[in-house]
Order: sequence, then C-alpha cells, then structure tokens
Amino acid sequence: MIAFIFKRLLQSVVVMLTVALIAFAMFRFVGDPVNNMVGQDTTDTERAQLAESLGLNDPFIVQFGRFAFNAMRGDFGISYKYRRPVSELILERLSATLELSFVSAVLALVVGIPLGVYTALRSKGIISKGIMVLSLMGVSLPTFLIGILLILLFGVVLRWLPTFGRGDVVDIYGWWTTGFLTVSGLKSLILPSITLAIFQLTLIMRLVRAEMLEVLRTDFVKFARARGLPDRAVHFKHALKNTLVPVITITGLQLGALIAFAIITESVFQWPGMGLLFIQAVADVDIPIMAAYLVLIAFFFVVINMVVDILYYAVDPRLRADAAV
Amino acid sequence: MEQAIEKSRLQRFLDGDLWHSFKRNPVAIISFIVTVIMIAAAAFAPLIAPHDPFNLAAIDIMDASVPPAWQEFGDPRFVLGTDDQGRDIFSTILYGARISLIVGFASVIFAMVVGISLGLISGYVGGRTDAFIMRIADIQLSFPSILIALLIDGVARGVVPKEMHTDLSIYVLIFAIGVSGWVQYARTVRGSTLVEKNKEYVQAARVIGIRPLTILWRHVLPNVMGPVMVIATIHLALAIITEATLSFLGVGVPPTTPSLGTLIRIGNEYLFSGDWWITIFPGVALVILVLAVNLLGDWLRDALNPKLR
Repeated sequence: MIAFIFKRLLQSVVVMLTVALIAFAMFRFVGDPVNNMVGQDTTDTERAQLAESLGLNDPFIVQFGRFAFNAMRGDFGISYKYRRPVSELILERLSATLELSFVSAVLALVVGIPLGVYTALRSKGIISKGIMVLSLMGVSLPTFLIGILLILLFGVVLRWLPTFGRGDVVDIYGWWTTGFLTVSGLKSLILPSITLAIFQLTLIMRLVRAEMLEVLRTDFVKFARARGLPDRAVHFKHALKNTLVPVITITGLQLGALIAFAIITESVFQWPGMGLLFIQAVADVDIPIMAAYLVLIAFFFVVINMVVDILYYAVDPRLRADAAV
Repeated sequence: MEQAIEKSRLQRFLDGDLWHSFKRNPVAIISFIVTVIMIAAAAFAPLIAPHDPFNLAAIDIMDASVPPAWQEFGDPRFVLGTDDQGRDIFSTILYGARISLIVGFASVIFAMVVGISLGLISGYVGGRTDAFIMRIADIQLSFPSILIALLIDGVARGVVPKEMHTDLSIYVLIFAIGVSGWVQYARTVRGSTLVEKNKEYVQAARVIGIRPLTILWRHVLPNVMGPVMVIATIHLALAIITEATLSFLGVGVPPTTPSLGTLIRIGNEYLFSGDWWITIFPGVALVILVLAVNLLGDWLRDALNPKLR
C-alpha cells in the first residue's frame, strides 16, 4: 500500500513538472515578456534592465527552476493586461468557480444515480426509454447551447431567474466570497449550475445504468434472487453497491472536468470565476494568466486523480490481492 | 477487369454483416440520411442558398431582424428570418454548416493520421519509444480536450502575427482540435498492433524480409481500421461541438467566415431583445447534425462489436 502511494506520488510529480515546463515555455517563448510589460516609449536600456531583473538572461534550466519554485509558492508573475499579480486575480475568482462546480457535482450525483438505477431496473418501460432519448440529447447538446436555451426560457420569456453574474455575495475570511447566503446569490446559481451539471448528469446516469445492467446479469445476483431475497435487497444491497465502485472513479475524474467545463458556463452566464478570467486571457494573449490557470487545473486534476486511485485501492479488495501475487 | 473488381467489392459489402445490420436498423438509416442531407446541403451551399449572405451588395439593412416567415411581420423571402444586418438566416446556416463540417472533418483526419501513426509506431517498436508516447498520451488524457484546444489556440494567437491571424485562424482551429483528439486513436491502434504483431502472418512477413513500414501499412493497418472508424465517427460529432464551442467563446473562426458556433454567438447578443430566431435556428441545425452523427457512431460501434452479435 505504501509502495503504491509512493509510486503514484512520484507519477504525479512528473506530470506536474511536465505541465510546469509547458507553462514556462509558453511564458518564455510566446511573445516577448519584456515587450508585454513595458509601454511603447521605454528605452532599450530600460528594457535590458527589466530583462536582467526578470532573469531572462539566465540559462534556461535556472529560469525554469525559478519559475517552478515561484509557482509552488503561488507566484505566477504579473498579468499583462490587468497589471496585477496573477495569484491575486485567480484567488478573487476561485470561490465563484468552486461554488458553481460543487453545486453542479452534487446536482449531477443526486439526480444522475437514481435515474440510472431506475432506467436499469425498468429498462423496458416507456419512461426509461424516454429518459434514455433525453439523455442522448444531453450528450449531443453543447453546453453553451443548453445555457442559451435556459436563458431564453427562464430569463427572457418567463423572467423568473437572473441570467448573469453571481447576485449579492457575502465575504467570509477576507478572500472567499459566497453566494449561498443571499436570496439573489442562490437564485443566480440555479441556471449556471443546471447548465454545467447536465453533461455530467447524463454521463453518470448512463454509466450507472450500464454497470447496473451488467451486475444484474451476474451469477451472484441470480443466486441472491434464488435464495429468496426481496427485490429491494438484491437491487440496492447487492447490485448498486457493486455498481458504485466505477461510479466513484468517474465522478472523481469528472470533478476536474467540471472545473474545466466551467469556462463555457461562466462565459455564457458572465459568471465572475476563473474560467471567465481564462477565456478573456486567451482572447487577449495574457500568457501569465493562461500559464497559471494551466498549472492550477493540472494540480486539481493530479490531486483528484491520486485521491481517486487511492480510494479505489482502499475500496476494492481485489486490487490489493492482485498486487500481493 | 477493373470494373469486375469494383463490382465484387460492392457485392462483398452488400453481403457483409455491416450492410445487413444497417438495413435492419431504422435509427441508423434515418441518421445516415440526415447526415448525408446536411453534408450535401453544406457542400452545395452556394447553389441551394436563396441569398448570398456575404455579398455586401445583395444584403439590405432594411431587411434586418425580420422574424421567421410564419410569424407576424415575417417575409416569405426569408423563411427563417434575418439577422441584425439583414442576412437570411437559412443561407447563413448553410454556409455556417459548411465551415463547421470542414473544420470537423479536417481535424478528425488530422487526429486520425497523427494518432494512427504514433499508435502503430508505439505498438510495433515498443520499448522506450512506446513508454514515451504512451506517457504523453496519459498526461494529455487527464485534461479535457476543450481545455487543450483552448490553450493551443491561445498560444497560436501569441505566436502568429496579428494581421495574419484572421487568415490562419481556421488552420489553427483544425490543428488545435486535431491535437486534442489524437490520443484515442493512438491507444486503440497501439492495442491492436500489439495483438497483430505476434500473429503468425506478421512473423512470416518479417521473416521473408518485408520492411517494417510495409508490414505496418499492408498488414497491420487494415486489421485495426474497424475500431478506428468507430472512434472517428464519434470524434466527428465531438469535433463539431468543440469547434462550435470555441467559436462561441470567440476564439474560433473569425466573424467574416462564420461557422454555426459563430452564428450562435452573434445571435446570442440579440436574445434579450426578443430576436430568438437569430440564435436558435443555427443551434437547432448544430444539434441535428451532432445528434445524427452520434447516432450513426453508436450504431457503428454496436455493429462492429463482436460481443453484441
């Protein structure tokens, strides 16, 4: 177990270093960092001074080392456009993205798993078939289009819900702002979180359904039925329990995807999160923000992947048995 | 002589499992017809479109924001209405679908070529080359493809000079979407190559001195094409969505040659003034196209999967 965790940790470090290298290469070689920081009327000597003070004349490996070290402390330099530290800009918006992703993940799980179980158990029913057709629509509808349709229905036609921004937010601990505590904040969350959740929801639902159908065909389920156990016990104690192991994995991985897909949702709803910051950075070629976002997302992914792997290892005794052999 | 071979190939296809399964699957037939109609409509857009939306002399600002023909104030000349500049929505959809499909197909082909080559090399050569390629694939696979496409697009904006950006953006887009999708192909091809490599016919070919490239091309590749076609079909749907998403986010194709995604983006600004048709109709076209391709891919996967037969 210890050896497994150590190996996994080492792999994660390699991934992070690779991503950091890409991020650094972007920062160093896409456009001229000096040109991006100074105005038109800066003299050549001043430029040379800036290049020297930024350490741009040092050997590549030294520069990369410095970049990686600074990144570890959360220092990603100054945004070209906002002229402010990137870490500050991201920190301001982190809470917005995390709250949105969290609500969407809960929504996807709470709706997706029961729907998956239902469609597996009544796989021939008309309601199940209807749900399956709808889920295919969910896969084929691009996220931004779902957002637009929701805005059109609930924002423009019915005028029930706000369609942009976070509403009123409350400060906690100085940098974390939450929309959970005000009515307008909660109302603003509804449409974006549904938009973001739909793709994951359909994915989880289809996965639970497929796994459930598979498990229901296995011998131990047949045996449990033969023993005369009631349907409820067979379905939920035997079948669902075995279904949930892969569901945990996929859900964990999808959590990272949620944060990335938040880019689109945030753009549609003008949600002031990291994704919106990133997409504006792409349009403006604001490399420090792009590099920082890349490293941050990679970090989220690596941590989530690792936790999921270790959880998996802890949950499924078969994996441990394999390693022992 | 040549005709005879052609005929026998067609005959073989008609006798094959694939055609048999296709004939008996109404969903596959409908989605195939829809896909073909949309591709044809896009390909012949200049002939079919009732108006030329990009000819500035032909559009009239007086026709701006006309609702669809069946609504009040609708104009029979513009079936699906017009946008804010008086362009016929139906015509812009035809031209937009054209761009969407070109980008979709081109990026799928690009990803396919890169993925298949690296997969073949990885599986056939093995050792360190294999470990290296697969490690990169693993790392890339842990990020959503849309993020990778966005990053490549952003970097390209920094590298390409501003004045060339508009001309090159479509190629950048194809490259970005293609690169973000090669991993699936490489993994599948590598897996099949590992299996085929040790079969006797490949061993025999090697013994009689056929060059590795020829073996890969003539013997291994044909045996891995089945799963590749399934991936390609599903990837096409994904590539069209990705293109639309990037264009919607404003980092895809320029507004001068709008794709379906760009049209939706443009229309989105008029949503609140009640001109819903500018954005909804391109959206519907996009969904129909993606849904049809997805259904076709689903059928192909089931039809080629020996487990389900």
